[in-house]
Amino acid sequence: MSFLEVRGLTKSFGGVNAVNAVSLDLKEGELLALIGPNGAGKTTCFNMLYGQLKPDEGSVKLNGRELIGQTPRKIWRMGVGRTFQITATYASMTVMENVQMALISHHRGIFSVWPPASRRHRPEAHALLELVGMESQAERAASVLAYGDLKRLELAIALAHSPRLLLMDEPTAGMAPKERVGLMQLTADIVKERKIGVLFTEHDMDVVFAHAHRVLVLNRGEILADGSVDEVRANPRVQEVYLGGGSTFGEQEDADTGQSADGSVDKEGLANA
Amino acid sequence: MYRKLVGLTAAAAMAANVMGTAAFAADTIKIGDINSYKRLPGHTIPYKNGAVLAIETINAAGGVMGKQLELVSRDDQGKPGEAIKIAEELFTSDEVVMISGSLFSHVGLALASYAGQKKRLYLAAEPLADALVWGKGNRYTFRLRPSTHMQASMLAEIAAENPAKRWATIAPNYAYGKDAVAAFKKALMAKRPDVEFVTEQWPGLFKIDAGAEIQALEASKPDAVYNVTFGGDLAKFVREGELRGLFKDRLILGLLTGEPEYLDPLKDEAPEGWVVTGYPWYDIAEPAHKAFVADYQKRWDDYPRIGSLVGYNTMLSIAAAIEKAGSTETEALVDAMKGLTLDTPSGEITYRAIDHQSTMGAWVGTTTVKDGKGKMIDWAYKKGANYLPSDAEVKKLRPATD
Amino acid sequence: MDFFVVQILTGLSNAAALFLVASGLSIIFGVTRVVNFSHGSFYMLGAFIGYSLMTVLPGFIGFWASILLAGVAVGVIGLIVEMGVLRPIYKSPELFQLVATFGVILVIQDLTLLIWGPDDLIGKRSPGFEGVVKIGDQLLPSYDLVLIFLSFLVLGGLWFLFNKTRVGILVRAATQDREMVGALGVNQSWLFSGVFFLGSALAGIGGAAQLPKGGADLLMDFNILAPVFVVVVIGGMGSIPGAFVAALIISELNVFGVQLLPQSTLVLMFVVMAVVLIFRPWGLFGRPETLGSHGSQGPPEAPLRAFSGRLWLALAAAAIALTAVPLFGGTFLQVLLADVIIACLFATSLHFILGLGGLVSFGHAATFGGGAYAAALLVQYAEAPMEMAMLFAPLAAGLLALVIGWFCVRLSGVYFAMLTLAFAQVVWSVAFQWGDVTGGDDGILGIWPSAWASGTTAYYYLVLTLGLGGIATLLFMAYTPFGYALRGGRDSALRSEAIGINVRLVQWSAFIFAGFMSGLAGALFVFAKGSIFPTELEIARSFDALIIVFLGGVQSLFGPLAGGVVFTLLQDWLSRFEYWRLFLGLMIIGIVILLPNGLVGVGQWVRNRLGAAPGKPEEEAA
Repeated sequence: MSFLEVRGLTKSFGGVNAVNAVSLDLKEGELLALIGPNGAGKTTCFNMLYGQLKPDEGSVKLNGRELIGQTPRKIWRMGVGRTFQITATYASMTVMENVQMALISHHRGIFSVWPPASRRHRPEAHALLELVGMESQAERAASVLAYGDLKRLELAIALAHSPRLLLMDEPTAGMAPKERVGLMQLTADIVKERKIGVLFTEHDMDVVFAHAHRVLVLNRGEILADGSVDEVRANPRVQEVYLGGGSTFGEQEDADTGQSADGSVDKEGLANA
Repeated sequence: MYRKLVGLTAAAAMAANVMGTAAFAADTIKIGDINSYKRLPGHTIPYKNGAVLAIETINAAGGVMGKQLELVSRDDQGKPGEAIKIAEELFTSDEVVMISGSLFSHVGLALASYAGQKKRLYLAAEPLADALVWGKGNRYTFRLRPSTHMQASMLAEIAAENPAKRWATIAPNYAYGKDAVAAFKKALMAKRPDVEFVTEQWPGLFKIDAGAEIQALEASKPDAVYNVTFGGDLAKFVREGELRGLFKDRLILGLLTGEPEYLDPLKDEAPEGWVVTGYPWYDIAEPAHKAFVADYQKRWDDYPRIGSLVGYNTMLSIAAAIEKAGSTETEALVDAMKGLTLDTPSGEITYRAIDHQSTMGAWVGTTTVKDGKGKMIDWAYKKGANYLPSDAEVKKLRPATD
Repeated sequence: MDFFVVQILTGLSNAAALFLVASGLSIIFGVTRVVNFSHGSFYMLGAFIGYSLMTVLPGFIGFWASILLAGVAVGVIGLIVEMGVLRPIYKSPELFQLVATFGVILVIQDLTLLIWGPDDLIGKRSPGFEGVVKIGDQLLPSYDLVLIFLSFLVLGGLWFLFNKTRVGILVRAATQDREMVGALGVNQSWLFSGVFFLGSALAGIGGAAQLPKGGADLLMDFNILAPVFVVVVIGGMGSIPGAFVAALIISELNVFGVQLLPQSTLVLMFVVMAVVLIFRPWGLFGRPETLGSHGSQGPPEAPLRAFSGRLWLALAAAAIALTAVPLFGGTFLQVLLADVIIACLFATSLHFILGLGGLVSFGHAATFGGGAYAAALLVQYAEAPMEMAMLFAPLAAGLLALVIGWFCVRLSGVYFAMLTLAFAQVVWSVAFQWGDVTGGDDGILGIWPSAWASGTTAYYYLVLTLGLGGIATLLFMAYTPFGYALRGGRDSALRSEAIGINVRLVQWSAFIFAGFMSGLAGALFVFAKGSIFPTELEIARSFDALIIVFLGGVQSLFGPLAGGVVFTLLQDWLSRFEYWRLFLGLMIIGIVILLPNGLVGVGQWVRNRLGAAPGKPEEEAA
């Protein structure tokens, strides 16, 4: 039973269709990968789902409630979590405090004065950090974390309000290959246990093929293929898009890790925030 | 160049004052002096030079009550709040017996309010605001220089004798300018109910847009113009006005325009034929004044400005008050200041008991250009006492009973 | 009809100097992202240098050569400032550059006084253009036409430079993307120096060219500063056509404003600026800021730590010592300490939005003076007792901050700073020009404490209680979720929005709260001094707070306290000397370059060097 229903999502910039009539469904506990070459419209899709960009047409329904037209804050309150391609955490706070802030916001305590922020929701925050394997670094400043640890921290933050849906934009970008597998395995386990639906974009095909339950291929703003890993892998049109062939598209990826030219699209996405 | 040396000398003197405080403490009488030495040095340095000259002259003659006078000068940065703090320090740390000084009206008013609250004596030297001794006057504040009201009344007297009917005014848009226009209008209307004020222009202080102001004045076709602008504003006003023919065949009155501080920077472009209040130090023949000018030029290698005379008279007044009181206690000094009469280079002056305003007057004359410099000719000294309101009127103006 | 033509031409000629100075400022900002507050000083120097040259060089050629040479000389001075003061701190947060250029203002003021003396200088007339031109029955000085011609000449020249020459195109590219120019193989530091030379030279030419219409005096620097910033902000920072159009608007507005609203000329300019910024936050010709273009934020600050036992002890000791001051200290010490505490409260309230929130306000004086005026007005017109006025003042200041903040928190970086500055100037001009109510520059007098608090010691204790109480509240707020959310919005607005925090609402609330506390400082100030004047609303007052915050260290909670103590005492001490502004200016510049983390940063550095190195492991991952 799908709890996220996206129908006919369309967006054009100055006459160019960035995203054209994209529809998709997501089930609880499902890991859905959204892939496609640079400029295919992945980030635009993401930003529309998260309320940072208003689509020209289309609807996004989460458990029957419309997300389009809501602010990112509202969408978050409706149970959608998000991680960013380039991590966004509070550099001047500790790892623990970063998670605590998400919890405080979830419990609507931002404008309260007592007790102090660092004393709130500690057990909950600790449990979340444990979940992502960051408990030993809880008291370190976020500004000194290794990149892979920042990604884990973001995951913990995104899980703080027990979301139904998790949107992960390039979750493994900028990480070493080994860490990628670790993080995605962690995500897959959490998703399974908590019955969260995950929609993620990803450059690293090894990650996609190893963890995605289903793959959606986007090209020039339109859905090219939608199916299981094996189906998509075998799809000739997909192969054509990705360098015109080859059974896997993994080789190019190591040279082209996340922060590549596609970053420019995402920078725009950030600026719109 | 020489003024720079003066400045450095003054700096050295000031530093010596600050550092030497402890050493002299026992056998000197200290007077606190607060002025905007950095904000308007062109006006305040002559004031200090005059004050220092007076102190040196008095001390050379044996001082007051057998003690030497010592001036502790401080810069208020043109900020009233700063002046209050310095006043407190002068009284409590430097143990001055009273304070004097200030040029800006708002600093003077702040110090007056402080003096009244803390019961400490303040002799306002240069600030012109009428409120200083009237609306906001108090027992502990006195003022030397002829106020806005007095100087404006002197010019209104001239204006009343002139056939001009359509008057225009231009004054900086701040309290002094507004006082000056209001006082002039009131005094003129009292004598000539038939005159009409056709326009009033209020350029921002030191932000005059002279071309536009003159266009606006010209547009109202006045017979005569009353000018209160000064400093850089005046220079721009005069130059632009000459060019655009505003002053042609019109009576122009200038408040303070004849003071060397304002007239001299204009050099050969000084306006001709304006009727102004000012200070023709070069032509005043009284022996006391001649001696003052000679002493001043010897001491500072510079000619006196009106500020120099005010500074000199301020210190003479303080010395006279201490002498009269025979004490340096504040209450005794206040009582001595009330009705204090003394001789100064500009003649005899009295601090009126009723409103604490001195009767020092001003010179009214016509401007001209001689040897590439602005001068006042056909001038006359107007006694301050003749331009002060009656006792009954003062009682109404001055709520403070003492 | 002739009258209007002459009016318009007069406005055009007034626009010339304004445009020259503003275009220079705009070019410098566009390329280097430095908000050069000393630009007015370059204008002043141009006038003084031009004046001196004109006394030496005779005739028509001498006059124009003087203007050109004054431009070159000021350009060289600008170059020296750029290389000596700004180059070491380009990578620092923008506040550093601002404070450094403020130091330059002080230095240039005193050097000018030292060289040219205190007297106003009246400029020479321009040979060949001494007369007037007749337009119908109206007269227009012919030099006005020369100035109009000059401004079009410069506009054309700049257009040619930036559109037709390689260097100019590079500069334009740099305005849009600094990294790209580096990639093109252009030496960035030479580009910056060149731009500084050009911008300063334009200001110098502006100063020299206006000599025949005015002169040279020591107030020119601050007098031109406000209108020039208005012009640059209205036109759009970095846009030369924008500077031209805005200079025209402001000048014509003045010319016709004089005619129609002779009493409100000051307010008009700032109201126009505020209106433009509300509808076009980036000015008429400006482009929205792209992310991260307003200077670096510096290294991330360390997480807040709970107060250690030793810190609590130190604070308690300090509080006891302050309480005991009247037992051993004289009354002046109490007065001075009251000033220090008020300055600390004022600066701590600024630090709350600036340090924690990353909102660099250039107009914090609005709430300080606003609170002071609110208290004074209540005493003056309602004869309210001190106690009620002190309660009312912070509320009024908070209300003012509510209005100002509503407009301002929609912007960030330099634009936020400029809009706060504009609003502060609006408040200032209202206090200055609405004389019937506020007393104008004669202020409101006789605002003294109630009888029980009127003694120096009694009032000292009142300031101690309320001042330290206010500071403690501000410090406490930093530790609350609200304070954390404020810091979070500064660190990453994206993250905040992604966890459901309304960043603007948080910033707006913080702005109001800081205004409330700043108003309390203002109320304590007015009853300490007994009077209030528009000077407490001036730009310089806002700068005091900025310098204190900066001096103490932006990244430290206790920075504003350390800065407040040192700045107030330093100023009290330095102002005894003739050339104290020179010392203060040099000291500020020295601190900016040598001690970028402020006094508290120095303290931490010393402690880290002396003590064991427990902080060390933190560095490995960074």
